[in-house]
Order: sequence, then structure tokens, then C-alpha cells
Amino acid sequence: MIGFPILSLITFLPIIGMILLLFIPKEQSKSIKYLTLAITAVQVVLAIILLANYNYNAAGVYEEKSFQFIEKFRWIYITGISWLGNVKVDYFLGIDGLSMPMVLLTAIVSFIATISSWNIEKSVKGYFALFLLLDTGMMGVFVALDFFLFYIFWELMLLPMYFLIGIWGGPRKEYAAIKFFIYTLFGSIFILLTMIGLYFSTTEVLADGTRVLTFNLLAMMNPANSTPDGILSIANPNNLRFIAYIAMFVGFAIKIPMFPFHTWLPDAHVEAPTPISVILAGVLLKMGTYGILRINYPIFPEITRQLMWWIGLFGMINIIYGALVALAQKDFKKLIAYSSVSHMGYVLLGMASLTTAGVNGAIFQMFNHGTITAMLFLIVGVVYDRAHTRGLYDFGGLATQMPVYTGFVTVAFFAAIGLPSMSGFISEALVFVGSFGVETTRVLAMISTLGILLGAGYMLWTLQRIFFGPLNEKWNTLLDVDKRELAMFIPLSIIIIFLGVYPSAMLNIMNTSVNTLVNFVSGNINSITQNGF
Amino acid sequence: MSESLLVNLSIAILFLPLIGFAIVVILGKRFPKLYLLEVGILTIAFILSLIVMFSKLSYFPKDIVSEFTWITIGNAPLNGVINIDLGIKIDNITVLMLFVVNLISMLVHYYSIEYMHGDKRYTRYFSYLGLFTFSMLGIVLTHNILMMYIFWELVGVSSYLLIGFWFEKKSASDAGKKAFIVNRIGDIGMFIGILILFTNYHTFTFDTIFEQIKNGVIPFSSNAWLTAAGILIFMGAVGKSAQFPLHVWLPDAMEGPTPVSALIHAATMVAAGVYLVTRIFVLLTADAMLVIAVVGAFTSFIAATIAITQNDIKKVLAYSTVSQLGYMIMSLGVGAYAFAFFHLVTHAFFKASLFLGSGSVIHAMHHEQDIRNMGGLKKKMPLTYATFLISTLAISGVPFTSGFLSKDGILAGTLAFGKLTGHWLIPIIAFTVAGMTAFYMFRLVLLTFHGEPRDHHKFDHAHESPKLMVVPLIILATLSIFIWYTPNPIGANQGWFLKSWVKTPQQVIPNETRFSFMVGKENHEVNVEEHGEIVNSLEYTETMHWAHYKAMFASLALAGLGILLAFMFYAWKKFDADKLAEKIKGLYNFSLNKWYLDELYDATAVSGTLNTGKGLSLFDQKIVDGAVNGSAWLTRFTSKLSGLFDTYVVDGLVNFSAFFSGFVGLNFRKLQTGKVQTYIVYVVFAVIILLFFFKPF
Repeated sequence: MIGFPILSLITFLPIIGMILLLFIPKEQSKSIKYLTLAITAVQVVLAIILLANYNYNAAGVYEEKSFQFIEKFRWIYITGISWLGNVKVDYFLGIDGLSMPMVLLTAIVSFIATISSWNIEKSVKGYFALFLLLDTGMMGVFVALDFFLFYIFWELMLLPMYFLIGIWGGPRKEYAAIKFFIYTLFGSIFILLTMIGLYFSTTEVLADGTRVLTFNLLAMMNPANSTPDGILSIANPNNLRFIAYIAMFVGFAIKIPMFPFHTWLPDAHVEAPTPISVILAGVLLKMGTYGILRINYPIFPEITRQLMWWIGLFGMINIIYGALVALAQKDFKKLIAYSSVSHMGYVLLGMASLTTAGVNGAIFQMFNHGTITAMLFLIVGVVYDRAHTRGLYDFGGLATQMPVYTGFVTVAFFAAIGLPSMSGFISEALVFVGSFGVETTRVLAMISTLGILLGAGYMLWTLQRIFFGPLNEKWNTLLDVDKRELAMFIPLSIIIIFLGVYPSAMLNIMNTSVNTLVNFVSGNINSITQNGF
Repeated sequence: MSESLLVNLSIAILFLPLIGFAIVVILGKRFPKLYLLEVGILTIAFILSLIVMFSKLSYFPKDIVSEFTWITIGNAPLNGVINIDLGIKIDNITVLMLFVVNLISMLVHYYSIEYMHGDKRYTRYFSYLGLFTFSMLGIVLTHNILMMYIFWELVGVSSYLLIGFWFEKKSASDAGKKAFIVNRIGDIGMFIGILILFTNYHTFTFDTIFEQIKNGVIPFSSNAWLTAAGILIFMGAVGKSAQFPLHVWLPDAMEGPTPVSALIHAATMVAAGVYLVTRIFVLLTADAMLVIAVVGAFTSFIAATIAITQNDIKKVLAYSTVSQLGYMIMSLGVGAYAFAFFHLVTHAFFKASLFLGSGSVIHAMHHEQDIRNMGGLKKKMPLTYATFLISTLAISGVPFTSGFLSKDGILAGTLAFGKLTGHWLIPIIAFTVAGMTAFYMFRLVLLTFHGEPRDHHKFDHAHESPKLMVVPLIILATLSIFIWYTPNPIGANQGWFLKSWVKTPQQVIPNETRFSFMVGKENHEVNVEEHGEIVNSLEYTETMHWAHYKAMFASLALAGLGILLAFMFYAWKKFDADKLAEKIKGLYNFSLNKWYLDELYDATAVSGTLNTGKGLSLFDQKIVDGAVNGSAWLTRFTSKLSGLFDTYVVDGLVNFSAFFSGFVGLNFRKLQTGKVQTYIVYVVFAVIILLFFFKPF
């Protein structure tokens, strides 16, 4: 293990950067940008260090000792409130195979988004300060193992996002920002309520032998820790676990976004500046599915098993509905936004199968969607920067004018279509292998394959409308991609193709944890312990 | 030569074109001469594939498999381990295909040097050819169905890129898009089929799957699922090999450069579907085979009827390709496995020759493709004419050509199938199509090369094509002669191709799911040897024997009739084709407009999907988002109401009580006069009232 608290560092480094940044005079926008770039670059390096020291065989999920890079100490401890007992919140960080890919993704996407933020001109200092704050919030969500801490990070991310859309956004930015904020907050209430319910239903034995209520997520996963009469205790015959599950699921589903809670997404995407769209699609959406996998699944395994078909159904709806609606869009960015809805459906479908292949595919799809959609939004950004329009029918023939750009577009589009040799194919294929493999979701999986077809439909049609045909003379002054844009496209393309050819690089990271999760949620974990786990 | 060397050579053959693609696509713009690298690579790959083919066929009777584990997930108990292997399998079919693909690809590379000369994306073109060759070789070499699917999609992409190579033309980019999407429809079926197999057998490797089926493991323990798996995987072939109802993309794909049409859309990629079916042949149940036979027969018929009236030289060839692919598919469906593969190979050569020949004509005529504006070209382009004619004879099934051998076998197969199962419609269609093929192919030859030139301006400028284009034609036409396949021009079975290289494999599925004639009986080995044919059962062997000469004479007669009719119409002008067309206008238009299938699809599937999308988009905006905005509005409305309530009721009460106390105070103040007399009067009154209330009585 590493000698320094690396998870805290990777999480709070952006905040340190933000504080440093506040000392830079606002005229020196170059220094501000380079500082942010340096911070995010260090974050990438830290993520790579994490990966290099990562133990591929440690499961995590429900077992504290097999989490890695743990940092745990008592954070808030108030004793002796008569009616409440002791309030205890831990500062508890750690990662396993579910969060490691997300940490990598967050670091990469933040770095790329910083490069993409280079042409922000309006109040640069404020922008990058908020940007770094957002970065901390995102990273924190993926490393926190205490529910209270998780919730703080979850909410922390909302505030900068609100301002980043609301100030640096497009013409309807206020509407989009408020919609995003309130919608997510609405979901957060459910999560908060469930969190409190779980708190009052879970106890933990401290070192000195006292039993206290706790926000520890891992403690909540063990039925032995539940209080006999807690509102969400499995021991309590009148518990409200089912309702709590649905409530929290909705809270996370809004973030995914799952039909019918998805309509904030197109608005937010269309209005947000390019780098923020990149972060939104690249990282924020993953928090929803991550939350479900990290919290809903292992804390409420019995309800998860009951609802597999329903989760799969919503996955299927997302896939097909998102694709069909994307087909009808006339705005490039909106089309990509709806394609996100469709692609996140695969994650849900894979999760719903509760098989190794399905869940591995789901998490891999989260990562791949992060990189692929980030690239797609960057692509929209490039053309919007130059032409100041995103209408699909306003272009034509750009392939002759911007050949290198078109090359990257082709790579990204085919990655989104799920072309083999690119990462998206592997994750989608695993999702299908998993969801077809169990009877519950088999029919859903068969119907969902239509998404493969529709995806090809809207993507290729877009490619044709914007890039093929005779060049629209209006655009004969557009420049091809510059070096800065290449610096965003090349690494993403390399990741996409590398993981398409050698997916094990990512799958091996998550495999052990996914197996454990699947077995834990399926109720097989006892037999695993007997088999020497 | 050792096995491992053979494997390494095959892997080299596979990856060389990919390396070429990567280098040329990235650096091609800076170094325009890089196309020579591509051409060189393909030449090397061809030589290697020659070596591989000869050594495999001569020294390695057994199949060679080499594999490694690509993905391993799931190591926990109860979940089982999922291993996904990648690997190659080198058997006779593989090496023959390697040879065919590399030869034609190489010839097309050389041909394109001239044909594409002066194109502004010249090096890009060659890099795409490299990508295609890589993907196609992947399909050929793979030993498992997932990898097949992977390369299947990759050929789809290279085909997309090459069809839409001249993307400035809307028709070209439309055609590319159509090809990709229509193919994806088939691929979905194939993918589900693969999922069925994987779910049940936990592997993608063909041989392991077949082994398990042989041991009696049936998908979901039901023969219906076995049939379904076969048909679903076959759907992939329906897309790629342009079978009805997904054949509509192939004629449109002629928008691509002609050498591409020759390589991809005639000789190799479209044959991948047939190749796929040969790979899964052993798990096809009787029901699945019947479906395959019917689809193939119907496709070959539809395409032939359309080809008769087309006027674009490439369109005629495209429909003839569809028709011939239908033949191969049908042949697999009726169990004539070896002949299907044989026809795949012979067709690859003569159809590539025909396409490259048409390219030569188009090149000479300055991009004129309408045969009504051609004529008389045989004097100007003797070599092109000669090769084109040989290939036409081959496709028409005239003796001494390769096409005669393979086609005859297919026809015999259908005839035998008719006799054995009673499905006589299939041989009837097959023979009809044979006659039609001869007719429309000679129509094409006569209108293009014979008679008087109809466009004198273009004719005067026409010239024989340069050597780089003509030599490939000669090589391919030479390969359309029987001698390469068998010493006996009327007996393909005596040839080395069928006798020792390609044999029909025994099916692995349970006996009750097979056609009865596909159930082999062990003790018939001897008879099989006697007949010199490896087929499924004695009964089948005998029926094939019975069918052989009958089919040959019938097909000869029909081909002769077709050719004769073509001469009567277009050379000797005994009949007037235009008048006939006028007479049967309905039928003529039906054929000319390709059975109106494109219109039908546009009106139903395409616009249906688009309209659903539009409808859902509206639903999304108005209803789903409406609900969100509505609830926001409701919240604001409620807050406004409570605001009003607050102002008028809650605050009203407060104000009212203030007002009331003020009012009361104000009025009571009037009593406070400050005069003692008044106060005395009040007191007196008060006392009286109090006394009245508390009166003691």
C-alpha cells in the first residue's frame, strides 16, 4: 500500500487547487487555466498510481477488509443526546472494483474537460474555481463508503454544476440550470430519507464495545447489524424496505437518467458549455448507476432480486425509447444527449440480469459510455465553436473541409454504434450475454437488440447529414481541428480502441468485485465463505 | 513446414493488410506514394496464402486450431467462469478462401492503380481496401462465432466506407448507409442466435459447440430452439449475402467504385454469408434447412426477374450476384454443401472478372454505365470482350467452364432434394433461374459488345484498357475454365476440388431433427467410397447419382434456350424487346422497378420508424417533459395561492386584529373625555347594571 492518504489527495486536490486559484488575479486567465490543467493532470497521475498499486483479487463490496486504500477515522461523534443516542459519522474512504473504473474515468474526463475549457472567456476565474469544486464532488462520490459522506459529496457536486450551466450556458441556461438543480435535488430528498431510515436501523460495535447507530454503508449491508425495530431493518416485520428501495432507486434513476425522469438531460446538455456537457455525460450520469450498484443492490438484496425484471424493463425502454427519440432530433447536441439515454439503458439492462457477465458489462459500459460520449460532445463542441450552429440540416459536406475532424468523428460514431474493436462493443455484448443468460430478462434482452439497429440508424444518418454530400459553401472557411483539439481526441480514441482490443485491462479490475457483488446480492455469499472466500 | 509455422503464416496474412491500413490511413496524405505499400503488402499476403494453401492441402489432412483466452470473467463459484477465446482454425475451406480472397484482393489492388488514377482520395482508397481485406480474412480464419461476428461487423464498416467512397454524391452516401443498416437487421438475428448458443454452451468456439450438440445437449432442451438458433444465425447471412428480404442494399452498393464492387460486392464479402452457413451447416435442423433453401430459391428467382430488365451494366451484374448467392444459399439448404462452396469459389472468379470487365468498359466509355448507349465494343476492346465472354459462359453454365461444374452440382442437388422430400418447387425455381441467367447475361454481352455502337461519340473515344487492368481480367477468366478444378469437364466429382478438398460434413444434431436422407448410417461407408462422393447417406448418394445427368441435360437445354432467346432478341432482332415490354407493361415495370420493394420498405419500415421517432419525440416534449414542467408549474401555482392566502388570510388576520384593536381603541377613546362628571355618570350606570345582574332577589 501507499504511504500517504492517496484517496483523500485525489479527492481534495481540486479543492486545494481551487483555493490556490483564488489567489491568482483574475486577469491572468492563462495561469488559471494552466493551474487547473496541472491539478487535473496530477489527478490522472494519482489515478494511475492507484491502478498500479491496485490488488486485482480483493473483492470489497461488503467486506471492509478487502477494500483498498482505506482511510477511516471518526469524523463527527456526538454522545449523549437522550432520544437520539450517539451520532457518529465516519470519514471513510476506500475503493474496490466497482469504484476503481469510475475513479479512472473521473480523472480522465476531468483532464480532457479542462483542455476543452481552454476557450472559456467569460469570468475565467469563477469558472475554473467551480470546475475544480465539481471535480472534488465527483471523485468523492466514488470513494466514499460512509453514507453521510457520500451524500455530502453527492450534493456538493450540484452547486457548481448549477452555476456552470446557469452562467456559462447557452440561451436558455437559467431554465436548464434550475431544472437540473431542482430535479436532482428532488431525487436527493429520497436518498436523504432512505439514508436517515437506514441510519436508524443500523448499529455498529465500536472498539470499546458500545453499540452505536452508524452511516457506514458496509455495516448497513450486514443484516446482523440491523436494529430489531428499525424502520428499515430486515428483522422488523413491518419494515418499509420496499418503499425505501423504490425511493432511493428513483433518486438515483433521475441521475442516470432513466425514463421517465430523463427530460432534464437534453435541456441541461443543450445549454451547458461543451466541457460541462462532457463532464455531465462522462461522469455525472454514472453516479446514478453507481449508486444503485453500491447502495441499493447490496443493502437491499432481497428487493433487488424481486425487481430484476422491472429494472431490466426500464433499461429496455431507455435503450429503445432513447434511440427512437434521438432519431427525430434536429439538433446535434440533443441527438447525442438522447443517445446517452439509450446507452445508459444498456447499463440498467446489464445490472438487471444479476449475472457476472451482465454486471461486468454494465460497469464496463459505464466507463465506455463515459469516454465515448465525452468524445461525442467534444465533437459537437468543435463544430459549434466554428459554425455557431448545431442544426443537423445546416451542414453538409464537412468531410471535404475538415478531413481529420471527420476521421475522429467516424471513430467516435462507430464506437457509439458498438462496432467491434472498439470498447463499446465489448460492454454491450457482455450486457447482452448476461441479460440473455437468465430467464427473467431474456425477452427484454432480445427486444433491446433493436437498439443496436436504431443506434446505427441515427448515427450514420447524422454522419451523412453533417459530413457527406457536397460542401455547403457557407462553411468553406471552417478550419480543421487544431493541436489542442487533437490533444483531446487522440487520447480518447486510443482508450476506446485499446479497450476494444484488450478489454481485459478493464474487466480484470472489476471482475472480482463484480463476482462478489453478484453472489452477495443473489444470496449466495454464505456458500462463498464456505468455499474459502 | 510445421503446424506452428502454418499458424504463424496465417496470422501474418491476417494482420499484414491491417498494418497497411493503419500506416496508409494515417500517413497517406503526406506520402501519396504509400498506396504502393498496400499493393506490395497484398502481393506478399497472396504469396503467403498460396504457400499456406498448398502446404495445408498437401501435408496436413487434419484441421489446425490455435487459440488463446481473450476475456475471462466470473471466477466465483456458482457463477461459473466465462472464457472468451479468440483463435484461428485452418482447414481446407479456410485455406481455399484465403487463396480466393487474397488473389482477388491483390488483383483488384493492381487494377485500381489505373482505375482510380487521379482520384483525390487515392491513398485513402487503398487503405480502405486493406481494412476490408483484413476483416474478410478474419471471417475466413476464425474458429469461433463471436470473432466471426466481430469481423462480420468490420467488413460491414469497410463496405460502408467504400460504397460511400465518393460521399459527395448523395446517392453514394445513401447507399453506404443503407447497406450498413440493412445488414444490421440481419446481424441482430445473428447476434441473438449467438446468444442462444453461448447461453447454452458457454463458449463461442464452433467445434466445442458442435461437440456438445453431438453429445445431446440441445439449447434450452428443445429442438425448436435449435432450429431457431440456426435460422437466427442464418439471418446474418441473409443480410450479408443479400438474400430476400434484405437483398435491397446490394444493387445500391454499386455506387461504390467498380473494383470495390468486384472485390466486396461480388466475390468475397457477399459470399461471407454463404461461408457462415457452411460453418454452421452441421447444426442446421431440417426445418432450418428448408427455410434456408426456400429463402435462397426465392432470392435467386426475384433477382433473376429483375436483372432481365435492368439497363445499368453494374445493376445487371449486381442482380445476377444476388441471384447466384441465392443459388449458393439454396444449395446449402438442400444439403449440397460441397457444391455450394464450390460455386462460391467459381463464382468469385467469374463474377470478379465480369465486374472488373464492366469497370474496364465504364472506364473506356468515360463513366457511361447504361448499356443502351453502348454496343459494338468488341472491336475496340477485344481482350475485355474475350474475358467477359468467358465469364459469361461460366455464369450461364456452359460446359468446359467452372460455372458449369458448380451450377450443375447445385441443380442436381435441388433435383435430388425434390425427389427425396417432395419439395419440387425448389428444383423448378432453380432450373428456371438457370435459363433466365443465361438469357440476361447474354443480353448484357450482346448489348454491350455486339451490334452497332449507339453512342458514336463515346464509342469513338473508347479504347482497350491499360495492361494493369487487363491482366487481372485475363487471370480471372482463365480461372473460370474447368481445368483448374477437375480433369473431367462434365464430372466435378472426379476433380480434386470435391474429391479431396471439400467434403460435406456429417451433421451433429439429433437424428430426429434432420432430414431423413441426412441421417448417415455407419455401414454405408463402403458404398460412399464406391460412389466417390461423400454425402450424407446411401439414399442421398443414390439420388444424387440419379439426378446428376438429368440435371445436366436439363440445365444445358435451359442455358441453350436462354442464350438462343438472347440472340433472337438482341442480335438477330427476330423479336423486338421494346414491343414485348410494351405488351406486358405491368410485368415489365414490376421487374424494372425491382418489385417495388424499396418503395414498400420506405413506406413501411423506414417511415414507420422515423414517424415513431417523431411521435415519441413529441410525446417526450409534451407529455413526459410536460409532466415535469407541469409539476413545476403546479408548485409555483400552489405557492402563488399560498402567497395570496398568506397576504390576504394569514396576514389579513394579523392586520385585521391590528385594525380591530385600533378601531376599538379609537372608539373607546371617545369615552375618555377627561371630565369627572362624565365619569361619575359612567360609574352610576355601571353600578346599576351590575346590580341588575347580581340582584340578590
